[in-house]
Amino acid sequence: MYVAVKGGERAIENAHAWLAEERRGNTDIAELSIAQIREQLSLAVNRVMAEGSLYDPDLAALAIKQARGDLIEAIFLIRAYRTTLPRFGASEPLDTGIMACDRRISATFKDLPGGQVLGPTFDYTHRLLNFKLAADGEVTKAPSRDAETGNVPHVTEFLNREGLMEEAPHDDTPPPDLTREPLEMPADRALRLQALTRADEGFTLGLAYSTQRGYGRNHAFVGELRIGSVPVEMDIPELGFAVEIGEVILTECETVNQFTGSKTEPPQFTRGYGLVFGQTERKAISMALVDRALRWEELGEDNVGAPAQDAEFVLYHADNIQATGFLEHIKLPHYVDFQSELELVRKLRREAGAQQVQEAAE
Amino acid sequence: MYSCIGKRQVVEMKDTVSENNRRKAWMGLLAKAPNGRVAALLDAEISRPAITWLRAPEIGTTMVRARAGATGAPFNLGEMTITRCTLTLETGEVGHSYIQGRSKADAEVAALVDALMQTAMASRLRETVLEPLEAGMATMKAARAAKAAATKVDFFTMTRGED
Repeated sequence: MYVAVKGGERAIENAHAWLAEERRGNTDIAELSIAQIREQLSLAVNRVMAEGSLYDPDLAALAIKQARGDLIEAIFLIRAYRTTLPRFGASEPLDTGIMACDRRISATFKDLPGGQVLGPTFDYTHRLLNFKLAADGEVTKAPSRDAETGNVPHVTEFLNREGLMEEAPHDDTPPPDLTREPLEMPADRALRLQALTRADEGFTLGLAYSTQRGYGRNHAFVGELRIGSVPVEMDIPELGFAVEIGEVILTECETVNQFTGSKTEPPQFTRGYGLVFGQTERKAISMALVDRALRWEELGEDNVGAPAQDAEFVLYHADNIQATGFLEHIKLPHYVDFQSELELVRKLRREAGAQQVQEAAE
Repeated sequence: MYSCIGKRQVVEMKDTVSENNRRKAWMGLLAKAPNGRVAALLDAEISRPAITWLRAPEIGTTMVRARAGATGAPFNLGEMTITRCTLTLETGEVGHSYIQGRSKADAEVAALVDALMQTAMASRLRETVLEPLEAGMATMKAARAAKAAATKVDFFTMTRGED
């Protein structure tokens, strides 16, 4: 029950003023600039863009600063800002086959055209704190080597040649959009992928991990993981043709999953797909695993009752802004609701007490 | 095809297609240029002509789409910020821009170059704006690709112990 009450304005204003002061911290310490956050906390910026569902590194950096580094709060700010912008249209579907790859690895093929390119990765670091970064560490220049030109082919294409890989046939059905229409079940794969790419990283990771531990196991290998920039092309109505309007950095993960066949499909490798804004590889791998788990029905697999197979459970709980909005609202004033609960409990206790007295008398 | 619509029409269609492709190429280049770079190159070369806005710069988004499994059915990946504008020169040429980000100044100069590329200044601007822009961006891309290449794994097989 909602009842308007007045009061608290001054307390709120003062709380916000103090928040601004605390956000700034000790003024003897230099203030962070948006450019510093964008350049030096770029993986946080990438996460905010991915889950905020808006590609704009400067805005994401500003949101992180304003949110004091609380990434879910920053994502909330980005989602709110996005709603103030008009949408001019939709891009042509991206072609990740022409990605300029910073990183491209396969866990299934050692020797593959284009090679295993590690890129700027945390893998193979020892996870020991580097105290040089606490001092004023100079950066050594990264080595260079002559690069091959041309596009790097997708790994799944090699297996496709033997017919061992499930195809992803070309299709131009306009996709549903959960930012325009409420998310409703059953959700087709396009809708699931949209929900997963903007889903909370932690939630997606936990679900993906659950499939590896046996809750809907589907034996995923990382067929390919690639990170790099892809041009975005958009049809310009005034001109009648499409032009490139910019570039986005993306992480793409294709899993190759063991599949012994079903009533409708022959034994083959099936695929899970993850594609996320920015360098966000933990999220992209998680997305691919969860995507694959959710595909049980179209592949004719058994529903073993695993959480990651339950589209309604996954999709309705994956959005951290919806989740935090509902979760955190319970800390806001519920005086009247609680007053009525209090009245009810008192009444029940009075009735129970009266009954006991009556029973004792009998 | 020739017998149906005549040779002249085919030639005209080809001209339109190649003209569109040229325009597509320069608009793409202008859209991907680093912030302020087009303005610096253009302003070093000419003083800007008078323009009339047909649509003043406005900031919005486009929904970026991708394909399931890279090649399958499209899905909505998320939005990106873009800025667009349309202007006309006193001589009537219309310039458009749709560019990533929220820089109205960059959108304006991109639309201006798009309009000027339809005038007699085209070859001069190609030499002084588009080509340096393209070269600069190619250098940046090559530097990144070279760093990636340096992280490519060269496998070698150790002597195996089973012999």
